[in-house]
Amino acid sequence: MTDVTSSPATAEASRTDATGPFLVVEDLTVKFPTADGLVHAVTDLSYTLELGRTLGIVGESGSGKSVSSMALLGLHDERRTQMSGSIRLDGTEIIGLNDARMRTIRGRVAAMIFQDALSALHPFYSVGSQIAEAYRAHHDVSSKVARNRVVEMLERVGIPQAGSRADNYPHQFSGGMRQRAMIAMSLVNDPKLLIADEPTTALDVTVQAQILDLLQDLQKEFGSAVIIITHDLGVVAEMADDVLVMYGGRAVEYGSCKELLTHPEMPYTWGLLSSVPEVGGDVDRPLVPIPGTPPSLLTPPPGCPFEPRCRFKHELPADLCRNELPLLRPGGRGPGHLKRCHLEDPERSMARVEAEVLAEVKGHEGATSDV
Amino acid sequence: MSEGTHASPPLLEVKDLVRHFPVRSSGVVRRTIGQVRAVDGVTFTVHEGSSLGLVGESGCGKSTTGRVITRLLDPTSGSVTFDGRDIATLSQKQMRDVRRDIQIIFQDPYTSLNPRHTVGSIVGAPLEVHDIVPRNEVLTRVQELLERVGLNPEHYNRYPSEFSGGQRQRIGIARALALNPKLIVADEPVSALDVSIQAQVINLMEELKRDLGIAFLFIAHDLAIVRHFCPEIAVMYLGKIVEIGPREWVYDQPHHPYTQALLSAVPDIKQAALGGRRGRIKLEGDVPSPINPPSGCRFRTRCWKAQDICAQEEPPLLQISPGHQAACHFAEPMDQALESAGALGTRGTITSN
Repeated sequence: MTDVTSSPATAEASRTDATGPFLVVEDLTVKFPTADGLVHAVTDLSYTLELGRTLGIVGESGSGKSVSSMALLGLHDERRTQMSGSIRLDGTEIIGLNDARMRTIRGRVAAMIFQDALSALHPFYSVGSQIAEAYRAHHDVSSKVARNRVVEMLERVGIPQAGSRADNYPHQFSGGMRQRAMIAMSLVNDPKLLIADEPTTALDVTVQAQILDLLQDLQKEFGSAVIIITHDLGVVAEMADDVLVMYGGRAVEYGSCKELLTHPEMPYTWGLLSSVPEVGGDVDRPLVPIPGTPPSLLTPPPGCPFEPRCRFKHELPADLCRNELPLLRPGGRGPGHLKRCHLEDPERSMARVEAEVLAEVKGHEGATSDV
Repeated sequence: MSEGTHASPPLLEVKDLVRHFPVRSSGVVRRTIGQVRAVDGVTFTVHEGSSLGLVGESGCGKSTTGRVITRLLDPTSGSVTFDGRDIATLSQKQMRDVRRDIQIIFQDPYTSLNPRHTVGSIVGAPLEVHDIVPRNEVLTRVQELLERVGLNPEHYNRYPSEFSGGQRQRIGIARALALNPKLIVADEPVSALDVSIQAQVINLMEELKRDLGIAFLFIAHDLAIVRHFCPEIAVMYLGKIVEIGPREWVYDQPHHPYTQALLSAVPDIKQAALGGRRGRIKLEGDVPSPINPPSGCRFRTRCWKAQDICAQEEPPLLQISPGHQAACHFAEPMDQALESAGALGTRGTITSN
């Protein structure tokens, strides 16, 4: 709750006072009661997104990136979920919206592309009829008109012989084509917000390149807002205007894509960047993994969620990181770049240098640590 | 790292390896109506203590190759010489001895460990099967192995469900190490793990390579990880190796159009963050079916350089430079390929902004 004053939402607000951003997420908290206890999946998440912009949400499994995005579409079962905060989509408050109203928004104003197209498509119905169903749910048109629209959309996403392919079943499509069909389905109602949850994770790189290009073209054409959820920093680098890094259910860093990837400020982001090799990088540069494993969301630590795995907590007064949650606040890199870390700028630049030296040393030791 | 010339004979020599899977008709008789040519004539060598990366997209036959080498699948034809002995035709019984020296790490750490067995019995099973450690010393050896892979040796009586994905993959590695193998076939060992955990497991395998001198056949689709781990690379497409050589050559001077397209499709964090983008060769369509692969060069249906000869003649692997081979009638360096892909424009296009 303490974050409100310096959340991305307010930092962005100064830029977009006139009409208000298209999507405003404020203090979104999602908890699931389970047999083991309350899972704090997302805590106090705030961000905004404008039409025509792409936000990349990066994080590992269990960081809350998918849960927060499903909340945007009202996909959590109210009986099994505790939600608080606010999600305003084009001025409409999503949290607490009744089912009937939600159905007019879901698929129409905001749509989602799921990761696994094979399980997201129904195996018993032809691809065309599923897309037509999505269209007719929001448009009172004859099946013939819907059919024409389906063929038009399939053509737009690059499916050859769309007319006859529309009658195929999902299993008759290849992985890349299924993902194209999913994209066609999500775009059939011209949504203003498109959420792509790991849209290319299941695909090969050459097909991934095709799908990412398609998404970019479609966004330019329709001027929609896009949220792309991924763990692949390369995909984010190519697609996103802004990046939100999530860890343990919280936003830990936020900024423009270029700024964040060239000048990351949060030790977790440093860790992510140094643990992936690059195709054009130096082969002798060792990978520096983040030690340990992500935190349990059953009992989130009172302090910084990254504290147990952070190499730099010792730079700070005893137990500060463990006991006190750092605010998500701007640092020396300007108001648009927010990070959740107690390190002050001078300490931070020292720590960065140390991180790089550590990388060198680690390479010669080749040490790993876990557990 | 053993690059360049090798004086000693290779540890593993695979020659013209073929594995087809019959496609049967439905109905009572189930006649064979076709063959999936999963692996269709693959030749490579792995030297002691070295590692070869096998990359390619799904369905290219890289995993099948790994499984034939470990004899989890029998080859249709071809030879697999391990340590001077052809193991392609050995009976399962004869294979037993060889299995000590060739172990496999599987992709999915959730399904490759029996959920009803404790970690101790999973890691100890190979020791008991091969009877190399007296019964009463199995536990000590298991604990040594767990410690070796960075797990708490006290946890031998826990079940796989009590471990995270990265820890489970370490258990799989401990099991593979139990018999002191000379070669480990690692089939997508990190693709199911989160990025920060991937690096932990890769570093662990690098340690094993260095400290224990284990050779790896590393199968993966992640080009950056393969490049990081393996000094030698083979690129597969539809059951064939299209380019093979030292990583410096394959990655920095790729000559096969498929390798070039593959490399240009990988998103590059640094370059994208700095606002630029390398030229990208876009391939259209999907990989054709391995039941009816295209005649001649199998890549021709997606290749921007394809001409008549490509449909008629299968290009052999030709030497580009010592140790570096590519199977293409029109092999050319990357910059020229980017140019030709852009100039032709019909099938491949360059995007740069």
